[in-house]
Amino acid sequence: MSETAHEGSGWTSRLPPFIRRMDPAVVTAFACIVVLLLLGSLYSRNFLSLEYLLQQLKVASFLGVIATGMMLVILIGQIDLSVPWVVTTGAMMASFASSFGTAGVILGIPFGILCGVLLGLLNGLGVAYLRIPSMIITLATNAVAQGLMVVYSGGFSPKDTASAPMRYLATGFLIPGLPNAVIVWAIIGALAVFLLARTTFGRSIYGIGNRERAAYLSGINTRRIVMTTFAISGGLAAVGGILLAGYASKAAQSMGDAYLLPSIAAVVLGGTSILGGRGTYLGTVAGVILITLLQSILSVMQMPEAGRQIVYGVVIVAMMLLYGRERLVRQ
Amino acid sequence: MRDWRFWFAEQRGTLLAVAIFVVMFAVYIVNHPAIANNGFTVATLSNVGQTAANKGVLLAFVAMAQALVVITAGIDLSVGMTFTLTNCLASWIVVGDPLSTALGVVGVLAAGALCGAINGAIVIFGRLQPIVTTIATGAIYYGVALLLRPFPGGSVNGDLADLLTGKVFDVFPASLIVLALVVLVVWVPFSRSVTGRAAYAVGSSEVAAYMSGVPVRRAKFVAYTLAGLLASIGGLFLTFFTYTGEAALASGNTYTLFSIAAVVLGGVSLFGGRGSAIGAIFGALAFRTIGDLLFVFNLDPLWQPLFQGVVLMIAVSLGAFGLFRVRNRLEWFG
Repeated sequence: MSETAHEGSGWTSRLPPFIRRMDPAVVTAFACIVVLLLLGSLYSRNFLSLEYLLQQLKVASFLGVIATGMMLVILIGQIDLSVPWVVTTGAMMASFASSFGTAGVILGIPFGILCGVLLGLLNGLGVAYLRIPSMIITLATNAVAQGLMVVYSGGFSPKDTASAPMRYLATGFLIPGLPNAVIVWAIIGALAVFLLARTTFGRSIYGIGNRERAAYLSGINTRRIVMTTFAISGGLAAVGGILLAGYASKAAQSMGDAYLLPSIAAVVLGGTSILGGRGTYLGTVAGVILITLLQSILSVMQMPEAGRQIVYGVVIVAMMLLYGRERLVRQ
Repeated sequence: MRDWRFWFAEQRGTLLAVAIFVVMFAVYIVNHPAIANNGFTVATLSNVGQTAANKGVLLAFVAMAQALVVITAGIDLSVGMTFTLTNCLASWIVVGDPLSTALGVVGVLAAGALCGAINGAIVIFGRLQPIVTTIATGAIYYGVALLLRPFPGGSVNGDLADLLTGKVFDVFPASLIVLALVVLVVWVPFSRSVTGRAAYAVGSSEVAAYMSGVPVRRAKFVAYTLAGLLASIGGLFLTFFTYTGEAALASGNTYTLFSIAAVVLGGVSLFGGRGSAIGAIFGALAFRTIGDLLFVFNLDPLWQPLFQGVVLMIAVSLGAFGLFRVRNRLEWFG
């Protein structure tokens, strides 16, 4: 019954080993990116220009940072639906702190991230210690974060302009030509790869995703790891929000709404099992780029929003049918 | 005596939802400004009831839809979009003389059922996870809704709308009667049929259900299709209340998320196999009442989202009391 995972071993055995070792999902996702770019270049030559690709990478890095947290949570077999308002909270609180002089500007970004981590901890406490299904506790956290932000921004005139460091982080160029947002994503991505592949914590995440009971019986403190994972996800969502606010140069109430479903879609398109325990970070990178490119190409082609949504949905279903199918029950 | 205890154990979640709703609604009624001013007269009570019912039934239909899918251990994140899509469709076709209005209603219900059937087909035959499938189909349905109504507008048969959102004999909210009828026509036959029992069995353990020869595929397919149908009844009612169709992304997402909250408040287990659509209805009504409580206490509406969030968080945390009964730590992991 495990043959389904390595189907078609006949012709793949002739491929070089490094390709054979790769996850078919990741290969398909990258292949789709290439196909998308080629299709786009038929429409306009600009799609293959370095400028356009870097611009896309910059836009992708917001989703990439958020999807990194989402991936960790999905790997332990849970889901984080609190992303929209944690993103907004991170952005708003970072802007808020920046209104208190120089110290505020310096501490604004850490403060925004701290708020995200706290909300993530709330999720983690509920899931790990109170055993509430993640789908519902993260929903509640989302509602609480929304309530706090509505009260904050309505009660007194909010300071919602992004500070100079936030703008620099999102739109500046530390290395000429390479936007800082991409560097931030690269650093976070490298840390995630290290965390997942080289630390006990990372291996425990995969273990818990496969079977939390077994992980617990092997002496892993599963509750602490689940809680920490949610805290990391909250922190990363806040980082995404801070980058977004820096990019748009202000924090807005509904800025996070557009990131919940794409971040889940990016993770599963990259071959991570929504049930947890299986998936690579490279796949998530592929998923994020794929979704960003798809959205960008459709909007360049001036497809109306309706058509974009339909194509977006059809592509997700079609790609998941290619490689994301579950096993038959009778197996 | 024993039968009674089994029945109680099975219906505990539903009864708890009813209790929460009754308490919340009592607090709401007693503090409502219209009643504080006019006293407990039939006319005021029915007015307050009508407003509350009309707001509540929308979420109740969507929550019922969600409950059917959740019972099979699935989840339908496209339910709010089906609701939006059918709202937009209804604002086109539920118009004109009685015959074309009737045909329009049938068309809207069929469209909803089709949305559900597509979800079901992809989940069953495509073997994709429900959560991923319905995220994608939700985007598709929203796209179609936008095609139908790029801008808010349209109209609906006013007589029918007023009839179904008004009061019967000037006392009882008609929308509640429709809700009860839908329960009688859709939920009761379903839950008592072989297919309905199979849906519960699939939710408890799909493998065990398959091994026991339970019609797994039929149960799931019917559950998803009926969910689409129920969501479309909700969409139809939204059109009756607003007289327009609008492809609003935020409203669709809100209904999806609220439906999950309502289902959980209503005692339906997200792990499947436990709970009932009746519980989900009372969960939805309770959730709506919570949202309106601040209004009757005359507090700043700014605090409403926070209040709703905190109450929701407390309500879902109450489930954690079950942990005190755990004798073996392995039971933590379900």
